[in-house]
Amino acid sequence: MSFKIEMGDTVLDSKVPDGPIDEKWTLYKQNAKLVLPANKRKYTIIIVGTGLAGSSAAATLGELGYKVKSFCIHDSARRAHSVAAQGGINAAKNYQNDGDSVWRLFYDTVKGGDFRAREANVHRLSEVSVNIIDQCAAQGVPFAREYGGTLANRSFGGAQVSRTFYARGQTGQQLLYGAYGSFSRQVHEGNVEFYNHREMLDLVVQDGKARGIITRNLVTGEIERHAGHAVLLCTGGYGTVFYLSTNAVNCNVTAAWRCHKRGAFFANPCYTQIHPTCIPQAGDFQSKLTLMSESLRNDGRVWVPKEKGDNRHPNDIPAEERDYYLERRYPAFGNLVPRDIASRAAKKACDDGYGVGPTKLAVYLDFKTAIERLGEDAVRERYGNLFDMYEEITGEDPYKVPMRIYPASHYTMGGLWVDYNLMTTIPGLHALGECNFSDHGANRLGASALMQGLSDGYFVIPYTLGNYLASHQKADELTTETDAFVEAEKSVKEGIEKLMSIGGNQTPNHYHKELGKIVWNHVGMARNEEGLRKAADEIQALRKDFWENLRVTGKEEEFNKNLEFAGRVADFLELGELMAIDAYDRKESCGGHFREEYQTEAGEALRDDEDYCYAAAWEWSGDASKPKLNKEHLTFENVKLAQRSYK
Amino acid sequence: MSSKTMKFNLKIWRQAGPNASGKLVDYVVEDVIPEMSFLEMLDVLNEQLAAKGQDPVAFDSDCREGICGTCGLVIDGVAHGPLSGTTTCGIRMRHFNAGETITIEPWRASSFPIVKDLVVDRTAFDRIIQSGGYVSFNTGSAPDANAVPVGKEAAHDSMDAATCIGCGACVAACPNASAHLFTAAKVYQFARIPQGQPERDQRVLNMVTTHDKEGFGDCSNHGECEAVCPKRISIKTIAQMRRDYLVASLRS
Repeated sequence: MSFKIEMGDTVLDSKVPDGPIDEKWTLYKQNAKLVLPANKRKYTIIIVGTGLAGSSAAATLGELGYKVKSFCIHDSARRAHSVAAQGGINAAKNYQNDGDSVWRLFYDTVKGGDFRAREANVHRLSEVSVNIIDQCAAQGVPFAREYGGTLANRSFGGAQVSRTFYARGQTGQQLLYGAYGSFSRQVHEGNVEFYNHREMLDLVVQDGKARGIITRNLVTGEIERHAGHAVLLCTGGYGTVFYLSTNAVNCNVTAAWRCHKRGAFFANPCYTQIHPTCIPQAGDFQSKLTLMSESLRNDGRVWVPKEKGDNRHPNDIPAEERDYYLERRYPAFGNLVPRDIASRAAKKACDDGYGVGPTKLAVYLDFKTAIERLGEDAVRERYGNLFDMYEEITGEDPYKVPMRIYPASHYTMGGLWVDYNLMTTIPGLHALGECNFSDHGANRLGASALMQGLSDGYFVIPYTLGNYLASHQKADELTTETDAFVEAEKSVKEGIEKLMSIGGNQTPNHYHKELGKIVWNHVGMARNEEGLRKAADEIQALRKDFWENLRVTGKEEEFNKNLEFAGRVADFLELGELMAIDAYDRKESCGGHFREEYQTEAGEALRDDEDYCYAAAWEWSGDASKPKLNKEHLTFENVKLAQRSYK
Repeated sequence: MSSKTMKFNLKIWRQAGPNASGKLVDYVVEDVIPEMSFLEMLDVLNEQLAAKGQDPVAFDSDCREGICGTCGLVIDGVAHGPLSGTTTCGIRMRHFNAGETITIEPWRASSFPIVKDLVVDRTAFDRIIQSGGYVSFNTGSAPDANAVPVGKEAAHDSMDAATCIGCGACVAACPNASAHLFTAAKVYQFARIPQGQPERDQRVLNMVTTHDKEGFGDCSNHGECEAVCPKRISIKTIAQMRRDYLVASLRS
């Protein structure tokens, strides 16, 4: 075996407050230490990333009077990839009078995550979900409305109630623009200082606390030091480790990974979400995959031909010769089963020889029944922009021909380990939104990512950060002239130097593609022991090759996309191995982590609550192949552990 | 999947930095297939250049599905290229004829200085938003979301305008390099709904003032912006912004 798992000796304290589950957050807020309004302006908070979590946190902390320094890799804060979320945002409003409640959203989320999330965090998320909708509506976010002027809802996978709020198929865009508006107001008022085109390349840890970051100006190449009293990482997930994913091409793990190498534990990296409804890959040239929102499964029916290798045009296959396999296998939830289940079912259909389309790696998502029932106009009103997008990419009209879809990497539930305060194992370093691990367990339900990003930024961090600052961090004078800054800057410069000087003959893109294939094949929708060992070996070999044969064109001191990508691919080459190791270590199946050795007779995920009811928090040891495992044991006091059933 | 490969002659604007002089440079790109997006075609070119140790063409993109607003190229003289209602990343090579010559340039406007090659600096847009493109509402003070009803039509209209992705094609297409469509889209989004009313006058005054200060030109009703807008935002938003501006000026 080419990698070695060592046990760490850190006792992870989740710092979950005492008290009944539905009072924990209230009690926490009552007891949290506060920073005097006049003292808030003496604190500088560094926020990296401007997606939903980052921009909502920057806006809110700015409103409270903190001095915020905000950083993003794009030209504008509005470009962060939250903008691309389509379907909606969940909230336990029960506006539909259909039996929803904070408890039910909590329960659905814990169950949807296959009982691998921290109960207290999930309950808090469910509680504040209702405030998020209020906040966004007040900002003027143009949510879909009913004729009477009230908010409209739709259903999403894994729920039997309608609790998803939406703005056409562009909910993430509208929520982000709402947060970006509030953020912009704080920039205007001078409370937020915004640095665009900056990539965080290292964390500065001084006296055991996060006290600053090192950034590279992506336009000039300048390496800069920034000091603060706390650092909030809001940098999203690591789904582009697969190369092909629904994430934007600039999404990356670098900021989180560099923090990991400075001491922040990385939890559950093997929990990745493969989204069931994406447009299938058309060729090797492809740079990304496009999602078709899960909301389509409200009205679309998934099927494959009953006959293997049936090459007839889908419209020529009569209803009785179609297998609506989700409706058949999961009658209670039908086409609205959670994502992990829908993805695996699609993979199984294709693996068994029932796949359709030119590559046979696709299944149909058919709107014929919905169009007959509702009329084409109603379907257009609901999903028009998604249908247009599909036609733009494939050249096929989904009003007339069923869509072809296939699963693709979409979201990562794993991320930096955080306690109830959203603080990582490095004091002062907090992780918000997708870059932390805490709320979705082993599988995230649809329309819950937007909810979590905004919950962390608008409603959680303002309380927990104040508590940290008031208890542990004086508003001391900031300086970037410390040994820690000098050392971090030197290490960043040496890293760049090293990348530039290899002088080989392969591009960063080449390595990223190769890595993506390894991870997709062995750490994708189905994993097994042999494949995971192989993945680790292959990644090690690829990493070696990278550091010998990479070629980065251009110069350091300029706008240089190749250099940006080279650094990110170097980090993915380490993270990829940790994903394989984590998946190897977890000898059970749960949510997005499906180990072929551990399944029920019906092919469903088989958990092992006896031995694996923990979050695996990995500690950097200095060698990517020898990570240290620390465990946070998960206790379920309010929800009974059960095999997840959607039948 | 098609196996047909295509070859194109490209004329691409190369410029080392904001103050350097630029020029169109000829390239030939081979092995393009019809399913490729326009940006993937440029990826192929860049991989070929990098393999030869040459400096790849700098262009920016992110989501590659038409929603982030990062990409934006003038293709044969048209912002975002030959298809209406589409961003540059949404254009597929099947819309071009094999062997043809394609000219690729950046957005051209003095308020969008060139960073490098095809990348421009659009931070002026951020400053327009900062001056008033929001509802001033501190976190935590919102009433129940259903306490303020918004008519379905108004929400729909507001959403039509809110869908602007801030790509800057409207500026690139306008003979006056005006950002009126961008500014008006935000003004209109809030003008149509109750939440936007308290700050309605101040918003339009501040945003238009900032727009002018950033050096964008005035609108003279050419309608080029609407024609290239990937989100098909209507110039009726500009009419509304002008009315609001006039009313607000008289009132202030």
